[in-house]
Amino acid sequence: MDAESYQKTVDQIAPKRPVLLNCMKAFLTGGIICAIGQLVSFVFMYFFSFTERTASNPSVATMVFLSMVLTGFGIYKKIGQFGGAGSAVPVTGFGNAVISAAIEHKSEGFILGVGVNMFKLAGPVIVYGVFSAFVVALIKTILVKMGVISW
Amino acid sequence: MIVSVIIAFIVGGLVCVIGQLLFDVAKLTPAHTLSLMVVIGSVLDGFGLYEPFIDFAGAGATIPITSFGNSLTHGALQEAEKHGFIGVLTGMFEVTSSGISAAIIFGVIAAILFKSKGKVS
Amino acid sequence: MKKTGTYQFASKPSIVSTAVSVGPLEKVSPFHPHFDFIYEDERIGQETNEKGHSQLIEDTCNMAVTKGGFQLQDIDLLLAGDLVNEMTPTNFAARQLATPFMGMFSACATSVSSLITASFFLETKLMDKVMFGAASQHNAVERQFRYPIEYGAQKPPTGQWTVTGGGYGILSHHQTGKPYVHSATIGQVMDCECTDPLDMGSAMAPAAFDTIQKHLAQNKGTSYDFVMTGDLGKNGFSILQELIKSSGVSSYLVDNYRDAGAEFYGNEEKFLSGASGAGCSATVYYGPIYAELLAGKWKKILLVATGALLSPLSFQQGETIPCIAHAVELSME
Repeated sequence: MDAESYQKTVDQIAPKRPVLLNCMKAFLTGGIICAIGQLVSFVFMYFFSFTERTASNPSVATMVFLSMVLTGFGIYKKIGQFGGAGSAVPVTGFGNAVISAAIEHKSEGFILGVGVNMFKLAGPVIVYGVFSAFVVALIKTILVKMGVISW
Repeated sequence: MIVSVIIAFIVGGLVCVIGQLLFDVAKLTPAHTLSLMVVIGSVLDGFGLYEPFIDFAGAGATIPITSFGNSLTHGALQEAEKHGFIGVLTGMFEVTSSGISAAIIFGVIAAILFKSKGKVS
Repeated sequence: MKKTGTYQFASKPSIVSTAVSVGPLEKVSPFHPHFDFIYEDERIGQETNEKGHSQLIEDTCNMAVTKGGFQLQDIDLLLAGDLVNEMTPTNFAARQLATPFMGMFSACATSVSSLITASFFLETKLMDKVMFGAASQHNAVERQFRYPIEYGAQKPPTGQWTVTGGGYGILSHHQTGKPYVHSATIGQVMDCECTDPLDMGSAMAPAAFDTIQKHLAQNKGTSYDFVMTGDLGKNGFSILQELIKSSGVSSYLVDNYRDAGAEFYGNEEKFLSGASGAGCSATVYYGPIYAELLAGKWKKILLVATGALLSPLSFQQGETIPCIAHAVELSME
């Protein structure tokens, strides 16, 4: 059996991912999470004297806290199966990646388990976020120094 | 206030749809998808586009993981403006401490409090 | 001529006793009346998933021994395996059982590869009782091959659910009134360049097809009640049926094909394509199917356990997923 013709058979028979439905679910889930984030930032603006700009940091932290509760009680993975990227892309999904790994590796102890494995899913996000920020900022700084653009 | 919640809903939802297309059409793993989105966020800030996006969409722009890339670049650029090239290195985490520190703190707390359960979703 | 890997066992070794136990979630299975024991706790009351996995193996092996009216010291050899790194759950259970032991790894096809190997040992008459089987524990397998249990990754419709369960049997010399091993086909590794670890069914179907074809070609004219694959799941099983249809293999008097993984969780949609894991075929073959053979419902069946031979590392390094299938033909007089 040659691999190429077999892959064609698989493509014909295997159930397709329901892309449109998945996108609608992702839109709904992600939208709701961001709307909750917006409400949370209003709370920080009206009750804790944060400004529109500075409210985002405590809001993000609060969302990660909510993510911990949902992850710990086994609810976030159900939201994840429904919402797909809708629950993975918001910062709550980043929190879920960190927290689920932390919970999972508790059985190997707090140093070798939790500590070592906490970022095994979310690590690339930090690594490539930092590295791309470095490259972008470096290029921009060079261009400013050369007088090509201004801050 | 209602309007900004609706905008956050729509914009945040659309950003997630992009993520879903990367999952389902480009067949990327979650790790690849999220890394790519962070890089996109950081590049957008390089062009000075992400802050206006936040002004427009509020949490619709700050909650998706793209904003993490934005704040890293933003911190680096702010310091670079003050201290030149050294600032590129030192300013990185100036703005964006909360997402990572919250994830670490709540991660450890969760590990103390919870155990995983293999219930079907 | 190329060897087909098909062997007949003239001494007709009989499966004299089996035991099957599963986790709490497997209660929903339509097969559950034939499971000997259903644990209330997914960790079998242990601290870690891996310890629970080991406990399940130990308990189930003990059950198989007791049900047959034997003692552990009667066992000449334990041949068993699981999916966890270095097979520690089975190795640790074997430490407790303290019988002569050899680990077997054929991924999810271990249920049958261990039975085939046991049949050869029996055929030599050097041994009297060989215990065989396989097990898997959902959490322990998922955390190793995929993601942490609580991580919210979306599984596609081709995804399968790893069974928590184990099935073990004891093979001895021929006994009338007990199902016996008539023949077996040792599969060869097949790779049709599938790469998606969330679509194992598509990857394994060609291996199952190849082994079935070889076995049936050596046993022309034999009439089977059914041929049952291990854990292709609903998707892999439809692909297998398509392969069989387009090749005309069904002309060998088999028109009834089944798949343990596709049937395991019934029509529950949340399990997507169905069940998988070493415990899937082991619990179905040595639980319900064995019971029905014993009751005389079936006279001749072909069990084809399938295994995907990948690791998280091989996937990350961009390797394709090679697969294997082993077949064993059981008869009841």
